[in-house]
Amino acid sequence: MRLARASLPAVAALALLLPGNGPPPRTHIVMIEQMHFGTVPSDIKVGDVVRWENRDLFRHSATARDRSFDVDLPAGASRTMVLRKAGAFAFYCKFHPGMTGSVTVRQ
Amino acid sequence: MLLVTAAAAASQQGGGPNDAQIAHIAYTAGEIDVAAGRQALAKSHNRTVRAFAQEMVRDHAAVNEQALALVKRLGVTPEANPTSTALSAAAETKHAELSHLNGAAFDRAYVTNEVAYHRTVNGALRDTLIPSAQNGELKSLLQTGLTLFSEHQAHAEHLAMSLK
Ligand SMILES: [Cu+2]
Repeated sequence: MRLARASLPAVAALALLLPGNGPPPRTHIVMIEQMHFGTVPSDIKVGDVVRWENRDLFRHSATARDRSFDVDLPAGASRTMVLRKAGAFAFYCKFHPGMTGSVTVRQ
Repeated sequence: MLLVTAAAAASQQGGGPNDAQIAHIAYTAGEIDVAAGRQALAKSHNRTVRAFAQEMVRDHAAVNEQALALVKRLGVTPEANPTSTALSAAAETKHAELSHLNGAAFDRAYVTNEVAYHRTVNGALRDTLIPSAQNGELKSLLQTGLTLFSEHQAHAEHLAMSLK
């Protein structure tokens, strides 16, 4: 919960930039542990934030196959990114390509 | 092959290596690859080979750091054994051999050895070390190590193809 609160200012700032008065963007957490990407939430919408949390002592990355995102994740680090496009995005780790996952973003 | 043979020999002496010996073998195997990576970083000018070597140094040092913290917490003192001694001796020979090579010849020899080395270590982890480990946390760390080193093996194989 501590982590969700830490990202509130970013989420709030983002909300101001978004047109319309739909629900505010949410932050979804994807854990990386023991050389695996954890479950990716299925209810992600355009404008939402994904927070990658690398619980391993190894450096990883979350890299989209179509290169629409490429997040470097040093050991123990967390990084956030905003999803700006709808679609299904397959991703992998650049350093350990056997680590794979997929995120689906809805309009 | 050497590692597998030595591990098999150790198991004949009394039902597989114990946790203190397994920890020593796994730690030694990691140190060897860190040293090989450092040698490559000192000698190679190839960008992809250097990136690979950096990954080896980073990942193996991280696993070993975890392994050290774990044995300390468990109160286990890693115990030298014929397998870890054989590994170190083979690595010393390889290190000396590679020190005489330069440029593309070094790159190819380093990467070829990384493929063979990870294949051997992964085989030993899968067939001997993981099944023999008694402590659950040690077993789980070795399992993560095997997943990680299998990635390294695939990376090394891919790199070896590109250097041909
Ligand atoms: Cu990775």
